[in-house]
Amino acid sequence: MLLKVENAKAYYKLEKVSVKAVDGVSFEIFEDEVVGVVGESGSGKTTLSNLVSMNILKPLTLVEGKILLKINGEFKEISSMSREEVKKKLWGKEVTIVPQSAMNALMPTIRMAKYVEHLAHSHDLAEEKLLAKAEKRFEEVGLDPLWLKRYPFELSGGMKQRAVIAIATILNPKLLIVDEPTSALDVVNQRVFLKVLMQLKRMGIVRSIIFITHDIATVRQIADRMIVMYAGKIVEISSMEEILRKPLHPYTRGLLNSVLTPEPEIRKRGISVIPGAPPNLISPPHGCRFHPRCPHVMDICKEKDPPLEEVEEGRRVACFLYSEERR
Amino acid sequence: MSRLVVENLTKIFSLGFFSRRHIEAVKNISFKIEGREIVSLVGESGSGKTTTAKMILRLFPPTSGKILFEGKDIWKDLKDQESIRDFRRKVHAVFQDPFASYNPFYPVERTLWQAVNLLEKKLSNKKEALELIKESLVRVGIDPKDILGKYPHQISGGQKQRIMIARCWILKPLLIVADEPTSMIDASCRGGIIQLLEELREVEGTSIIFITHDLGLAYYVSDNIFVMKDGEIVERGHPDKVVLEPTHEYSKLLVESIPKLYRKLEGL
Repeated sequence: MLLKVENAKAYYKLEKVSVKAVDGVSFEIFEDEVVGVVGESGSGKTTLSNLVSMNILKPLTLVEGKILLKINGEFKEISSMSREEVKKKLWGKEVTIVPQSAMNALMPTIRMAKYVEHLAHSHDLAEEKLLAKAEKRFEEVGLDPLWLKRYPFELSGGMKQRAVIAIATILNPKLLIVDEPTSALDVVNQRVFLKVLMQLKRMGIVRSIIFITHDIATVRQIADRMIVMYAGKIVEISSMEEILRKPLHPYTRGLLNSVLTPEPEIRKRGISVIPGAPPNLISPPHGCRFHPRCPHVMDICKEKDPPLEEVEEGRRVACFLYSEERR
Repeated sequence: MSRLVVENLTKIFSLGFFSRRHIEAVKNISFKIEGREIVSLVGESGSGKTTTAKMILRLFPPTSGKILFEGKDIWKDLKDQESIRDFRRKVHAVFQDPFASYNPFYPVERTLWQAVNLLEKKLSNKKEALELIKESLVRVGIDPKDILGKYPHQISGGQKQRIMIARCWILKPLLIVADEPTSMIDASCRGGIIQLLEELREVEGTSIIFITHDLGLAYYVSDNIFVMKDGEIVERGHPDKVVLEPTHEYSKLLVESIPKLYRKLEGL
């Protein structure tokens, strides 16, 4: 096991109200695996990624829970580290996050190599050594090292995204978190990017990857397991193959049935709709947060919050349909 | 008679003032759309699909070629204001960005009042018009109470797109040109928009052109797919033919690269 999150609650604390973006999630990431996190916009996916990488800035506050990461063979509680410690010890070496649209955050007037120099400064490493390493890493992701001396605007979207990944993984982080890395790329570049990710993992540069996206068909290509989020909670965790074969939670089913890919199965299956809209996370519905939109809603769903329970080996679902409690 | 006939349509944009450059955005394309038919123009950005849509919508003229709607050339035979108004009644657009389709200074139902004013048969009073608007909103699954009097920023993107389709229920157009109607809304709402357009086709016999880069969507909804590349139609036919047995190099690559739900891409 590489990472363990125990009952984490992270709220955006505003003056009068709190937005409960992540509300009591528990999961673990094993060594050598790719985990996909999927859900609609506003389901708390990005907040979860900030939590795991300890990028917690006000108004986001970790209200409850623990995050444990294996560092040098033993579990450390990273959720109690100070921000200084996080910056020095965690980022880059243990955990790296590539935020959503990171490639558009590259400053057009700074050469790519400058970012490597910044990295060297913040970790007190020798610039030349790190630059040499960066050149090698660029080659590994299929970019000519010459691009290090270029400005970001000279690179195409697909190249920029690969350059970002190359720089982000220079220090061989154990856990790589990528947030919607492929949504701005066309299908051909998407495929190249997925290949680069898998290659980084095969070469042992990163151990495990958390891939956050709303696009199930893309994450399906590389993920071993999938975490489905809805309104700040995890509703299902399962192996990718099992969840595709038989989604258990009604929300997972709805989400899968709204995917349109050019495959005969999809044309046969038809498209279904989840009625209604995701809830407001300032005052989420009582009981199960999905109950106002759920086709199988029962009385208990309106009163109690279903716990995330193991129903088969390696499969956990938060739904009373599979729980003993409803009887 | 086909509902829409596009014959040898070409559009050349000229750029620059001194040294003129010419860009051939659409090159000599031809296709037909029958009544009650759904077709998709699929292609990446810059393939000329939106340019084609804009010429069909009579937003700018083609360089050469003909567009016949109900047998009339829309650029030559519509001479007076009344016949152009009539064309606007019969051909409706649904655009990609639901935010850009509304004026933020007016309540959202203004677009519906405009549709009512465009109707051929003038309504005798306001009350009757309001009933028609309410009825159209119910048809697209919106409770009129929820949106009447609200401003665009107060409602969601999915709802805005639904209101655009409510407009179609008032006007009952013969042809809808939908340019990426679902690319900016959440996956769980997307199916609803597609179902609404399909229902309109079933009930009113409307023909629909989807302009999209999403081959999955095109495969699911269309009776016919046209794949565009650099201004040309490189592959055409029944969705099963285009997706399962593509013949052109470009469409082969496109189908191959799209991530699938039940199959894994090779060589990752």
